[in-house]
Amino acid sequence: MSILETESLTLSYGKKPVIQDLNLSIPKGEITVLIGSNGCGKSTLLRSMARLLAPEEGAILLNGKDIAKRSTKDVAKELAILPQGPVAPEGLTVLQLVKQGRYPYQSWLKQWSRKDEQAVTQALKATNMLEFAERSVDSLSGGQRQRAWIAMTLAQGTETILLDEPTTYLDMTHQIEILDLLFELNAREKRTIVMVLHDLNLACRYAHHLVAIQNHSVAAQGCPEDIMNEKLVADVFHMPCKIIEDPLFGTPMCIPYGKGRIAKNGLPTAQYA
Amino acid sequence: MNGVIQSSKAKIAILALAVLLLAVCMALSVVFGYTDTSWKTAVAAFTDFNGSNQHLIIRNARLPRALIGAAVGISLALAGVLLQAVTRNPIASTDIFGLNAGAGFFIVMAVSFFQISSLQQFTWIAFLGATVSALAVYILGSAGRSGLTPIKMTLAGAVIAAMFASLTQGMLVANQKALEEVLFWLAGSIQGRKLEFLYPVLPYLLIAWIGSLLMFRQLNTFLLGEDVAKSLGQRTLLFKVLAGVLIVLLAGGSVAVAGPISFIGIVVPHFARYLVGNDHRWVIPFSAVFGGILLITADIGARYIVLPEEVPVGVMTALIGTPFFIHIARKGSFK
Repeated sequence: MSILETESLTLSYGKKPVIQDLNLSIPKGEITVLIGSNGCGKSTLLRSMARLLAPEEGAILLNGKDIAKRSTKDVAKELAILPQGPVAPEGLTVLQLVKQGRYPYQSWLKQWSRKDEQAVTQALKATNMLEFAERSVDSLSGGQRQRAWIAMTLAQGTETILLDEPTTYLDMTHQIEILDLLFELNAREKRTIVMVLHDLNLACRYAHHLVAIQNHSVAAQGCPEDIMNEKLVADVFHMPCKIIEDPLFGTPMCIPYGKGRIAKNGLPTAQYA
Repeated sequence: MNGVIQSSKAKIAILALAVLLLAVCMALSVVFGYTDTSWKTAVAAFTDFNGSNQHLIIRNARLPRALIGAAVGISLALAGVLLQAVTRNPIASTDIFGLNAGAGFFIVMAVSFFQISSLQQFTWIAFLGATVSALAVYILGSAGRSGLTPIKMTLAGAVIAAMFASLTQGMLVANQKALEEVLFWLAGSIQGRKLEFLYPVLPYLLIAWIGSLLMFRQLNTFLLGEDVAKSLGQRTLLFKVLAGVLIVLLAGGSVAVAGPISFIGIVVPHFARYLVGNDHRWVIPFSAVFGGILLITADIGARYIVLPEEVPVGVMTALIGTPFFIHIARKGSFK
């Protein structure tokens, strides 16, 4: 069952088409990861699914309803997006940031409520940020900062969360930490997660549903074990590689060809080039 | 950020004190000046008016000056807060972005070409000038691939401000008679302004003050960046247009009454944030009150610095503002 769909979606930057006539369904309650080479339009697609970018043609359906025709505040109660590399104003504390997640629930008549308070505390707990609540966001490390932003999107209390490259600029430890956090959120609370990732191996490890974007459209989609192969990587990334089984998780693991310091039997040659 | 003042109770208490201080400053502004008057004469001018020179000065010159000073100070400070938030640029202010210069240019043009001197028309001409500059800065700053960045917007502002200032000067050189009429006004002054100057502008300023106070939640959210604000359900385009209208009312209204006075819009919001952090629920009222205090204090100073002459208060605010501006730039909060 799908929660988010694109219906003959066409997106463009100026005159250049980025996505053309795309019909894509995001499965409910699962982790979907978009992959593709730089500039292939995966971030653009993610942004348009969160109404940050208006479609040239076609529509985005959230729970079957066109998001462009709904009040943006109502959409914000069902879908949250964490854009790439968000910057908090100087000196803003983690608590102040996370409280902003309750924006769609407030109005002139409805001020801060107990429910808002609970949602904020819960979000801080889920991201292990409770102890940093009074720290300013810009004083935190990269990983903590990203957790603070994720806490804000959690406080928004939406069923679906979109994240644009949530692990970029993070070291390996913090990449795993963030992805584990998202994995747990999905497993525990059945939230639908859609994200753009660059690391193919991590994408295969965490995604229930993998979507490879290429040439304004979807090149392949499905369970990573089913769709990930050497031909797909060659087509989508123009990179020859060998796919083996991840020794820890059994998911597909991609090893690129190229040059290397030690070549046992001469430089390896690729099957797909 | 948590500012120097932490608890809400302390903030309310200090805000109340600041309001009191503003009232005291206004009273001082009524009593002290070149013509020697005492507190007693000042009170008597209202309770027991006798038509004397001193009483006339207090009622017709000093009181309007204090009221106009407060209104203009509040407005310029609020315009600075709004502009800094909307552009997400800590060194934004209506003088740096050319809004004051634009409003000034339009008024000088109206005076020298169309012999306009009606106050009602001054107001609308100033609004028009501020709007034209705001749009020009916005369009110029958005040009190019990277869109509207703080640095491009600041450069665009500097260009527009310089252009309008040059055009104004050129026009005054060509037209000596207009020069005499507008020179003191142009330096930014609240001296010799009658209350009749304030009346046509006041309704717009009041609307903009209330609008600013009501906008705190939207400002806080917008500061997280346009994408995040949109994701949280904010209608960012509507917000920017509304904030833009408020800024134009505040800056245009101030210029119509007092001429282009610089630095209040940049100094005061920074001071307010230093005190109360960056929650606009507090930044807005604190900036408003301190804007009034700063302008009136500067105006009192302007009366004494080169006795027996007066310098325009715009010169005084520049004297206070320049070192502060350098301090902000050096601190590196401008990225």
